[in-house]
Amino acid sequence: MLRLPRFRYLRPQSVAEAADLMAEHGEQAMLVAGGTDLLPKMKRGQMEAEILVGLGHLAELRQLERSDDGGLRIGAGVTLSQIVHDAALARLYPGYVRAAALVSSPALRNAGTIGGNLCVDTRCNFYDQSYEWRMAVGFCMKKDGDICRVAPASKRCRAIASSDTAPAAMALGATVTLVSSAGRREVPVSALYEDDGQFYLAKAADEIIESIQLPAATDWSSSYVKVRRRGSIDFPLAGVAVALKAAGPVIEEGRIVITAVASRPLDVSEAAEPLVGCTLASLLEGQRDELLTGVAASAARPAKPLDNADLHYVWRKQMTRRGVEQAVREAATALLARSA
Amino acid sequence: MTNTTSVPELLSYTLNVNGRDHQVSDAELGENLLFVLRERLGLRGSKNACEQGECGSCSVLVDGRLECSCTMLAAAATGRQIVTVEGLTPSGDGLSEVQEAFVAEGAVQCGFCTPGLIVSVSDLLDRLPLATELEIREAISGNLCRCTGYGRIIAAVQAAQHARSAREALR
Ligand SMILES: Cc1cc2nc3c(=O)[nH]c(=O)nc-3n(C[C@H](O)[C@H](O)[C@H](O)COP(=O)(O)OP(=O)(O)OC[C@H]3O[C@@H](n4cnc5c(N)ncnc54)[C@H](O)[C@@H]3O)c2cc1C
Ligand code: SF4
Ligand code: FES
Ligand code: FES
Repeated sequence: MLRLPRFRYLRPQSVAEAADLMAEHGEQAMLVAGGTDLLPKMKRGQMEAEILVGLGHLAELRQLERSDDGGLRIGAGVTLSQIVHDAALARLYPGYVRAAALVSSPALRNAGTIGGNLCVDTRCNFYDQSYEWRMAVGFCMKKDGDICRVAPASKRCRAIASSDTAPAAMALGATVTLVSSAGRREVPVSALYEDDGQFYLAKAADEIIESIQLPAATDWSSSYVKVRRRGSIDFPLAGVAVALKAAGPVIEEGRIVITAVASRPLDVSEAAEPLVGCTLASLLEGQRDELLTGVAASAARPAKPLDNADLHYVWRKQMTRRGVEQAVREAATALLARSA
Repeated sequence: MTNTTSVPELLSYTLNVNGRDHQVSDAELGENLLFVLRERLGLRGSKNACEQGECGSCSVLVDGRLECSCTMLAAAATGRQIVTVEGLTPSGDGLSEVQEAFVAEGAVQCGFCTPGLIVSVSDLLDRLPLATELEIREAISGNLCRCTGYGRIIAAVQAAQHARSAREALR
């Protein structure tokens, strides 16, 4: 049976105190919010920490407020369920809400936070196993070993970026506010990630995500398509987030982010350029199918899925293309409905 | 850093479970809620099947919200109202409508998933008494059953809905 290892649990009274505790305890300490990613990983020996600094009880991290520019500032401790059940959010940011709704299960979404979701560990079939399984097969570079079992010639770990909300937030142009004992900074969500399955976060380990800022969504709509075996519980095997801007009948700007096909979410918005100038109607009525197929092919080109997840990697790449087509159509449909 | 910092502190705390305060003594706040419920409080209705959030057999209500007790720390449960499957019947014995429907419809085979499903379904019917089949499927989408194929489970939920509305009509 899996058991949690022993550790010390610290309960700070504020984000500032949590930051001080993280600075004080250095590498021995990790942050925990909902615990839905970290605790199973500690039970399987994938993560070790002598000290956990709890964030889940901090009301300060659960605020949701409009910002001056018409956008939204959401505390990192807001749960995925709160996002899913917020009707105003669903109108403004349908792609982000859809991504949150497709994470895990209802019970886990009640506990899992959006801050924890942005930091969710990368995944791999050789890593997401119990300690005993990994020992029997042979440990790998990401934990306890020194080679990559999927790509033995690889100098880095190729585990898969697996957060559903990260690509959706990137497509919206969202930023995060990071707090540590050294100060506070605001960076784009895309700047959180490194193209490395092992050291996948570009932020310092003691930096706490305080909030995520979604910019104003006037004239924008968004969508998220997730590929997986079952309709629930499973992590993405490919994911596509799209945001389109159109004040009237013509697309003015587009963003595409793909995920679960590399070690970080990939912003492939350049591929969306041919969409600019297309009318929403022509796109949806099938007159621009060739253009859309071309957009999808170039958006999926940087996808490099390997044989380390469920389902075949060639199929996952093909589904990334299909996902782009579907996500563009969904965002265009929402914009057209709005202008009608 | 001295290594005394890594020794977890033993302490006593209270946990409110099924409407009653329970004293947990000489324990660590870093223990799993599921472990505390089963091994320290002797409430073995919540099952530990996967211990990693995948199956929902450990489902409990925390301040009225469905959560997996295996991915939750005791530290996160203090000061909150926990309801386990044992607390779903008003008197603590007998069967609830949902439980009776599961028995009557043959929705129980090996039974390992059953307590978690009973908690999820009771939560659903309290929130959405008239839940559609899609809403039922969504509500139990975190509960894994290896045996039944779910058909009889959905039939049981619908039978419980009927029993509830019949009872309401009689009042
Ligand atoms: C069965 C199962 C299925 C799942 N399916 C999915 C899925 O489909 N898609 C998906 O995206 N996720 C999935 N998850 C992972 C997880 O449930 C979610 O990502 C959840 O949102 C994580 O949030 P949390 O608060 O529980 O994070 P925690 O487990 O508390 O933390 C996760 C990581 O984030 C760090 N962290 C937490 N909060 C902060 C913060 N404020 N600042 C800095 N670092 C922080 C922690 O140190 C840790 O490294 C699944 C998990 C399980 C067990
Ligand atoms: S990609 Fe390679 S190093 Fe990374 S977790 Fe998988 S086997 Fe291990
Ligand atoms: S035992 Fe908690 S989800 Fe399986
Ligand atoms: S009855 Fe056996 S797991 Fe559901």
